[in-house]
Amino acid sequence: MRKYILKRVLYMLLTLFLIATITFFLMKLLPGTPYQNQDKMSASQIHMMNVQYGLNKPVWQQYLIYIFGMVHGNLGISFQFSSQPVSYLIATRIGPSLQLGIQAMIVGSILGILLGAIAAIRKNTWADTLATLLAILGMSIPNFVFAVLLQYILGFKLKLFPIALWDNFSSSILPTIALAMMPLAETARFMRTEMIDVLNSDYIMLARAKGLTQAGVVWHHALRNSLIPVITLAGPLAVNLMTGSMVVENIFSIPGIGEQFVKSITTNDYPTIMGVTMVYSLMLVVVILIVDILYGIIDPRIRLSGSEVNA
Amino acid sequence: MADEKMQLPKDAFEPLQATEQLNSERIAAPSLTFLQDAWRRLKKNKAAVISLWVLVVIIILAVGSIWFSPRNPNAQNAAYANLPPKIGGGFWGFDGKANIAGAVVDAYKQAGVPKGTYYILGTDYLGRDLLSRILFGTRISLLVAFVATFFDLVIGVAYGMISGWYGGRVDTIMQRVLEVISSVPNLVVVILMIVVFKPGIFSISMAIAITGWITMARLIRAQTLKMKDQEFILAARTLGESTRKIALKHLLPNLSSTIIIQLMFTIPTAIFFEAFLSFIGIGISAPNASLGTLLNDGYKTFRFLPYQMWYPAAVLSIIMIAFNLLADGLRDAFDPRTRG
Amino acid sequence: MENILEVKDLTVNFGTFAGDVQAVRGVSFDLHKGETLAIVGETGSGKSVTTKAIMGLLDSNAKVASGTIMFEGQDLLKASAHEMATVNGNSIAEIIQDPMTSLDPTMTIGKQVSEPLRIHKSMSKEKAIARTKEVLELVGIQNAAARMKDYPHQFSGGQRQRIVIAMALVNYPKILIADEPTTALDVTIQAQILNLMTELQQKIDTSIIFITHDLGVVAGMADRVAVMYAGKIIEVGTVDEIFYDPKHPYTWGLINSMPTLDTKADRLYAIPGTPPDLLDPPKGDAFAPRNAYALKIDTQQAPPFFPVTATHAAATWLLHPAAPTVTPPPEIVRRQAIYQQMIAKGFDQPNNPAVKLNTPATDQ
Repeated sequence: MRKYILKRVLYMLLTLFLIATITFFLMKLLPGTPYQNQDKMSASQIHMMNVQYGLNKPVWQQYLIYIFGMVHGNLGISFQFSSQPVSYLIATRIGPSLQLGIQAMIVGSILGILLGAIAAIRKNTWADTLATLLAILGMSIPNFVFAVLLQYILGFKLKLFPIALWDNFSSSILPTIALAMMPLAETARFMRTEMIDVLNSDYIMLARAKGLTQAGVVWHHALRNSLIPVITLAGPLAVNLMTGSMVVENIFSIPGIGEQFVKSITTNDYPTIMGVTMVYSLMLVVVILIVDILYGIIDPRIRLSGSEVNA
Repeated sequence: MADEKMQLPKDAFEPLQATEQLNSERIAAPSLTFLQDAWRRLKKNKAAVISLWVLVVIIILAVGSIWFSPRNPNAQNAAYANLPPKIGGGFWGFDGKANIAGAVVDAYKQAGVPKGTYYILGTDYLGRDLLSRILFGTRISLLVAFVATFFDLVIGVAYGMISGWYGGRVDTIMQRVLEVISSVPNLVVVILMIVVFKPGIFSISMAIAITGWITMARLIRAQTLKMKDQEFILAARTLGESTRKIALKHLLPNLSSTIIIQLMFTIPTAIFFEAFLSFIGIGISAPNASLGTLLNDGYKTFRFLPYQMWYPAAVLSIIMIAFNLLADGLRDAFDPRTRG
Repeated sequence: MENILEVKDLTVNFGTFAGDVQAVRGVSFDLHKGETLAIVGETGSGKSVTTKAIMGLLDSNAKVASGTIMFEGQDLLKASAHEMATVNGNSIAEIIQDPMTSLDPTMTIGKQVSEPLRIHKSMSKEKAIARTKEVLELVGIQNAAARMKDYPHQFSGGQRQRIVIAMALVNYPKILIADEPTTALDVTIQAQILNLMTELQQKIDTSIIFITHDLGVVAGMADRVAVMYAGKIIEVGTVDEIFYDPKHPYTWGLINSMPTLDTKADRLYAIPGTPPDLLDPPKGDAFAPRNAYALKIDTQQAPPFFPVTATHAAATWLLHPAAPTVTPPPEIVRRQAIYQQMIAKGFDQPNNPAVKLNTPATDQ
């Protein structure tokens, strides 16, 4: 197990290194220098800016400096907010994003698991139809449409929640719901399929033959067996939340890294784009690693054999 | 019972003729090909059938509007800006009335629109007909989605088949590459691509395709691996058929259901990404419109002129729901085991 | 001999898209105390559905159209889910076909085997553990105390089936339903499991309903045999009667298709055709289309049970007094000859007057 984790961490670092390299050279492909008011600047001003950002050095030196800096947590200096290090920018903005992401993940997965389980247990009843419908809506309606809808109805018309504000918990409710929709739908669908599969399995039949009631079967056998594979959803859901946060933070004016990222894209703030990309990739890689390890801990089939799942 | 026995016909205990026996052995159901069978099952799924029709209608309308657009989607008319929806003489929701500072006024009268002229879904901030723009935008959105899905298909299927077929070292390297690519959040890749290549229909399609093919490649690889050792492929190899021929004649037809299902899930994802990019402001650029740019335009004024956002949002949502329902239906039809 | 279970006129339909599938069509049989009754039939003949009905474990799309299943004065078909839960795993237990899938992969086997104890007997934890260990040793799991903490995937197929048997026997059930318990196992392991079951049956004095499609297994295990075809029992009798003096052409076919040491032919006999579509079962005898001995009446009217001996009956018009005499296949003739010799030599023919045959068609 320890050897396995070590191997995974090594792969993770290699992946991050590759991503950093690709991002760096992709950014270098961009024509011209990315200063917003370049036309108004004199040649000497541009030269001074280039020196400040280290853009006068050969590309390979810039690359080495970038990679070396990154290892030490230095992601360069933002073009947009002059003299502000990207790492500082990210550090001040990651709080709200993490809070929203975690809240949405918890709400979405718990409700999704419940919904999926109920749909599977009450298969082909109105409860199942309702859950399936909700899941399809959650998957289909883009989260920004849903966010605007919430903002308009609950915030603007009914005035139940602040429209665009970030101070206390109540201001995080609407964005959390908007973000949680997609994870909820995905989890519910996945859970339903898994649970139906498990409920049709021989060992569930045999558990009934042992005299377990429906509730006992679900609680002692079906739930755990269908929950294990649901853990693998965490990776895709994390990506989902990152995507969602970019629009949802924008719509609700939340000072998070998603909002920052969109701002950097529209203002060609390359160091910030690269920095946020690295942070997103890091988060995703870590989530995938945690899922892998967690899976090994929870599923006895992997825990004991140490590697592959026995089919 | 005893009485019944008495009434048995005289010849009841004669042996049955062979011909009579043959007749009685009926074939319970006509045999169907795989696709016919899937189609039969799909037709039983009401939601999927309705979705299919909705999509057909939307696609016909969107394509047809190249020739039959109600108005020119790009024609601006500053005087007629922000007119609410109105149909004919007007009825609820489509009466051309606007709520300005708490008072309901007839926006058409104020703008001096001649009687008999109306905009079914209203106009935008430049006085462009919203219905025409939605039709136009739907066309662009679908185009982007189809182009992206096409590249998905080509790259994903080829990559998956090569990786699965050759196996060994080739497979290991190709899988490592996939692993690295999939560790980058796909949206970040899409955004980076667009920042580098500048927004446009082609660059957006490519950017979406570049992240989308991974799932396809994985599925196809898994299927190819499974099929590679099955008898019909072994038989073809034993008979000395070329690899290319085996791939096209034997593998591909058997992968078709996987491919179709995955494509149906890819299209809505592509539509979503396009709308997302346009919504955050790095998508299709003016004067072209997509559902995403219309949403973005509508969002700027949505508190006061909500219709400018709701109509494109509704069209986008309906397309997404229809594709997802159809994809669900297809998956159940092709693979009855997963049917719930 | 005392009946522990009486199934009467059981009819089960399955609602499908295409219509109702009549999986079980009026099945009646008794299970005597301490005996092993084998129910033999091909896939889809309704044998498993019958046992699922006994345990109240039919799928949600199944409908019990008629019948009674009497056990200890209670009609199990009328019992609520809650009442069934007190019977299942307690006085009636089941073993199913595939040991690879019949254990929960995420629960230790100790916990799984002791589950029926915890559900039905309010037993202290120590006592339950001790009992579990005892039963696991009984079914031949070595080092049981330590292995109770292991998970199913750490056991071989044969061991897993032993564990499933332990799980079924832990409460000393009065009836054990074994649904093809050896089909998924290697032949050598099959023999071990069958021996184990016979051994345990004597130890804990239980009655067994043994479902199988394999006549070869039946010979060594069963006291009585019921042959099922297309949702009906078509012949029932003691093991010797079914093997040496079968009356129904389908049973002839089954026995004929079984290889013996004397089989000289190049290829094994196979019954021609396929079982009928139970969505729309044929009028008359369902076997008639495949039956070389079919009579005209077979296509018009389903045959009732004709008693052969007190323990033996078959549902075929060939036993009707008016029916022509036919010559069974040579293998059957050979077996009947052996049987006659055995009887002539004073072979103890089971002829117990207490055994009443179920002949539903003639009862009413």
